[in-house]
Amino acid sequence: MEKQNEKKGIGAEMLQGVKSNVRDYMMYIALVVIMIFFTWKTNGGFIQARNIANLINQAGYVAILAIGMTLILILVHIDLSVGYVAGFCGAVAAVLMTKYNINEWLAILIVLLLGLVIGLYQGTLVTRIGVPAFVTTLAGMFIFRGLLNLTLQETGTIIVPNEGFNALSNGFIPDFPGESKVHILTMIIGVVAVILMIFSQIKARRANQKYNFKVPSAPVFAMKLIFFSAIIMIIIWVLANYHGIPWTAVIIGVVLFAYNYMLNKTRLGRYIYGIGGNAQAAELSGINVKKVTLFAFCSMSVLAALAGVLYTSRLQSATPTAGLGFEMDAIASSYIGGVAVSGGIGRVTNTIIGTLVIMSLTNGMNLMGMDISYQYIVKGIIFIIAVAFDVRTRNARK
Amino acid sequence: MDDYILEMKNITKTFPGVKALDNVNFKVRRGEIHCLVGENGAGKSTLMKVLSGVHPYGTYSGDIVYNGEVQQFKTIADSEEKGIVIIYQELALIPELSLYENIYFGHEIMKGRSIDWNETIVRAKEVLKKVRLNIDPSMKVKELGVGNQQLVEIAKALSKKVKLLILDEPTAALNEDDSQNLLKLIRELKEEGVTCIMISHKLREITAIADTITVLRDGTTVCSMDCHEREITESEIIKHMVGREMNNIYPKREKREFGEVALELKNWTVEDPAKGREILHNVSINVRKGEIVGLQGLMGAGRTELALSIFGNPYKYKLLGGEIFVNGEKKHFHNPKEAIKNGVAYVTEDRKGNGLILIQDIRYNITIANLEALTDGLAINANEEIKVANEYKERINIKAPSIKQKVRNLSGGNQQKVQLAKWMFVKPKVLILDEPTRGIDVGAKYEIYTLMNQLVEQGMSIIMISSELPEVLGMSDRLYVMSEGKITGEFLAEEATEQKVMAMAVKS
Repeated sequence: MEKQNEKKGIGAEMLQGVKSNVRDYMMYIALVVIMIFFTWKTNGGFIQARNIANLINQAGYVAILAIGMTLILILVHIDLSVGYVAGFCGAVAAVLMTKYNINEWLAILIVLLLGLVIGLYQGTLVTRIGVPAFVTTLAGMFIFRGLLNLTLQETGTIIVPNEGFNALSNGFIPDFPGESKVHILTMIIGVVAVILMIFSQIKARRANQKYNFKVPSAPVFAMKLIFFSAIIMIIIWVLANYHGIPWTAVIIGVVLFAYNYMLNKTRLGRYIYGIGGNAQAAELSGINVKKVTLFAFCSMSVLAALAGVLYTSRLQSATPTAGLGFEMDAIASSYIGGVAVSGGIGRVTNTIIGTLVIMSLTNGMNLMGMDISYQYIVKGIIFIIAVAFDVRTRNARK
Repeated sequence: MDDYILEMKNITKTFPGVKALDNVNFKVRRGEIHCLVGENGAGKSTLMKVLSGVHPYGTYSGDIVYNGEVQQFKTIADSEEKGIVIIYQELALIPELSLYENIYFGHEIMKGRSIDWNETIVRAKEVLKKVRLNIDPSMKVKELGVGNQQLVEIAKALSKKVKLLILDEPTAALNEDDSQNLLKLIRELKEEGVTCIMISHKLREITAIADTITVLRDGTTVCSMDCHEREITESEIIKHMVGREMNNIYPKREKREFGEVALELKNWTVEDPAKGREILHNVSINVRKGEIVGLQGLMGAGRTELALSIFGNPYKYKLLGGEIFVNGEKKHFHNPKEAIKNGVAYVTEDRKGNGLILIQDIRYNITIANLEALTDGLAINANEEIKVANEYKERINIKAPSIKQKVRNLSGGNQQKVQLAKWMFVKPKVLILDEPTRGIDVGAKYEIYTLMNQLVEQGMSIIMISSELPEVLGMSDRLYVMSEGKITGEFLAEEATEQKVMAMAVKS
């Protein structure tokens, strides 16, 4: 076997790798195709630094929602209420800051706690009373939409004046003082990120070799590292030539890192995959299924609150229409990112790629000035193609 | 001379990477009972799927000659039209529908454009009578026991004018009584001219019923034996199945020393709120250190319910009375986690349903019940986890390329070993095994028996629930017999005989 592999050569090995992970690669290919298409259609406008920064800021709230949704979907539940929970929490934050003159950071903290309470309410209904998540959160859609309207009833749209708050989805990380055309701190972060990535990949490969697991051959591995490093550095370079890394990217990065660590390294993460794979077996293995599920709903609603904060910050105002259709973008991101429809499988890192696919579509179609009706149809079609493709490839592997 | 209803010639079927069938020849005489045996993965089910059109014409090579004509079945409907009906191990009935709806599901009796329900009910009653079920056809399937459901499946086959009936392990889920009943029925069908192919692991049944026995091994036909020419013994079949002589089905244990009582149950009485009645009455049992205690009884006697109610009661039965003692200390487990912490482990009978996480790999399945032992600080120690999983894979001989293999892709025997590894890693004091060898092949059975012996020699206590009488008698030091939620007998291994145990098992 070993010998055969060597003989096949690098090209064959790469082809083999692509074939066996066709699901993952399709996602990247789709993203690249979409980006190239819009760059072409907008005469390069899509790929400009300004728009990339814009895209990241727009994607912020969807990314945060999609990360939480990934957990829920792995557990074979669903949360339809996230859009209006986000809208409601964003509105509460605005009211707290304007009407009650509460400091913006305290207001954010209060709103995150509000999210926790909402999560406890919905999670308890699902786990203790046994109301299906679909029903619980469908009801939640009504309730929180009503609460959102109620919150803004007297004032209508609230303009948020707090600069710190608004910077969350409009501002960029500061740079070292001095005159420079490129954003130095952004470049440093980029280089550090690449070094960390290469270091951790090499470490993982060494560990796999130690236990005689199959690893890609050295040249293929090196090419993979160079490819990913190049992508990171291109994005960093584009951003550094503009205003640097947006605060939204930092927030997404922190949440993503925390959730990725939790899912891959901790017991809680393993329990989530276990329950999603076979809830009864998990229960009989001594896992408290209800507690873990309750946690997922709490985490979802807290993240929804955070998404609400980001959205309000992005618009610099709270409006009664905030939250409309957020859940669809979040669910679509997760599924495009490879969460299995039957549960038990999914990665938050891939979900972020799914978010980029969905938000690149939105952003690109907006730049082209496409009618919103067509935008919905296109997104729906891409979503269904992604899931159909996913189901087919998984069945084929059986 | 011989009149063959079916000849499968040089059948070869490959799946990506595996040759499941390699030039298999299989001939069935008209009107006989033909048993197909072989270890798991030998290709029995694949062969039957080729025959019934599940694997359509063109995906295999070779010829299927049925009633003298070469057939090209593309779907199950094609084969059913010719009178070939297959009944799978997992019954394909719809629990919420009535018997008559189930029996004529897919080939409804029509009057014009609508279903003729009156005629359906009348005819359903007739075919039910043929399988000796004198019950109201408007009952729902879920109201019947597994044994009767199996009969309904056969009634359904009869309603399709079956000529060649294929049964895939029909008695695997049945108790002794229901099994005998079913075998009797198969003989009656034979009298009426129905040819029957039966896949089974239960060699005693096979030798009792078969006219011809064909053995498959590793996707090839090993031999075909005529049971009327001479008597075929179980050990001869086993020899052909595994390709070696198996003199000892049950390995002997060197050391038989029992310590103090590890687990004791006193006057355990339990109600199932879903059924609204008591399922266990006044059950008192105990198991000592280093002892294997058998728990024998017919299906529905309450053995699995007993095990689950001990193991933290995950299905929320109502405990009406009784006490548990672990090492002499009184305990009360609120959930499986507490039971595990106190050294009690339960290996389920339904490994695919509530035992394993099939989409995950061997490693994750082995460690899931004891991740605490692998956690330092927040994170799971991945190196340690791999080491543990590899150790168990080696120790109990799980056959797979690596511990990263998905459990779904393993054979039944290896899946069972993964389950055992998972619970051994918990390092329990008392291990409850529920049907530990159900649906696995002879070789793997032997390995599991050997492993059980090793574990008790190291001081573990094992409670073994099993429907197979010879297995319970062969492995236990002592055994309890259950019937209708009560303990009706207790025997030392030396005193127990099949007759005595059966007498207790049917007592009420």
